[in-house]
Amino acid sequence: MNEEKTAEAKTGDEKTRTLAIICSKGSLDMAYPALVLANAARMLGIEVKLFFTFWGMDIITRDKVEHLKVTPVGNPAMHMPNLVGVIPGTTELATAMMKAKIQKLDIPDVPEFLEMIHDAGAEIYACRMAAEMMGLDKEDLVDQVDDIVGAMEFLEMTEDAQLLFI
Amino acid sequence: MSTAELQAKLNVALDPEGFLVDPEDWTPEIAEVLAQEEGIQLTERHWQVIRFVRDYYREHGEPPTLRAITKRSGVPTKELYQLFPKGPAKKVARIAGLGKPKGCI
Repeated sequence: MNEEKTAEAKTGDEKTRTLAIICSKGSLDMAYPALVLANAARMLGIEVKLFFTFWGMDIITRDKVEHLKVTPVGNPAMHMPNLVGVIPGTTELATAMMKAKIQKLDIPDVPEFLEMIHDAGAEIYACRMAAEMMGLDKEDLVDQVDDIVGAMEFLEMTEDAQLLFI
Repeated sequence: MSTAELQAKLNVALDPEGFLVDPEDWTPEIAEVLAQEEGIQLTERHWQVIRFVRDYYREHGEPPTLRAITKRSGVPTKELYQLFPKGPAKKVARIAGLGKPKGCI
């Protein structure tokens, strides 16, 4: 009986699990972790709600989404002195390198990734306060944004969810 | 149905999570039973996905990513999630007789 239950629990996914992801950073290397995890969760049948706030707004802003960058300065993972990072063109170089690697792995660029996770059923929300601060309306945001909501509203929506802050 | 019962019914080896141990054991009949087990009634669109996945596996020796399926099988993301609700990655792989998917996209 117990054995049977375990097997059932493993193959089935009756219990709804929800993942809430708060995206507060707008650089290219901070966009991907959220997008990859959101997609992986949807592939497994986990509900996903993303909340974009502060610099994370760039990821869902129509005229910024295609120009996200990897900034070497202050990024310890780049393994280069900060002084090198400030040399003009370093950011562009790091960005181009990351984009090339991503493409090689057949990982979509950010606009296509947003479309993919949204088609997969992930819900995408923009932070009301950040939108007001930056003077952004729904029309300024990519089509996949479901709504602009306040922080309280998002927390209500994600009651009992597992939460990830990026 | 437990994995053990399913194994006996299909007369093939399944791993503890219900995936076929050997993809070569797969038959369309097995797919029908595994789909039913998942609560899915297979239609022509389901078969389009399953055939693509099987062909891809035969060609590459590994299962396609979900992204490869939606890009090349002719079944887009939205529809794939409708055809195989609540987690298409594992369901497609299981019904198509392949192992648990390991890719990230």
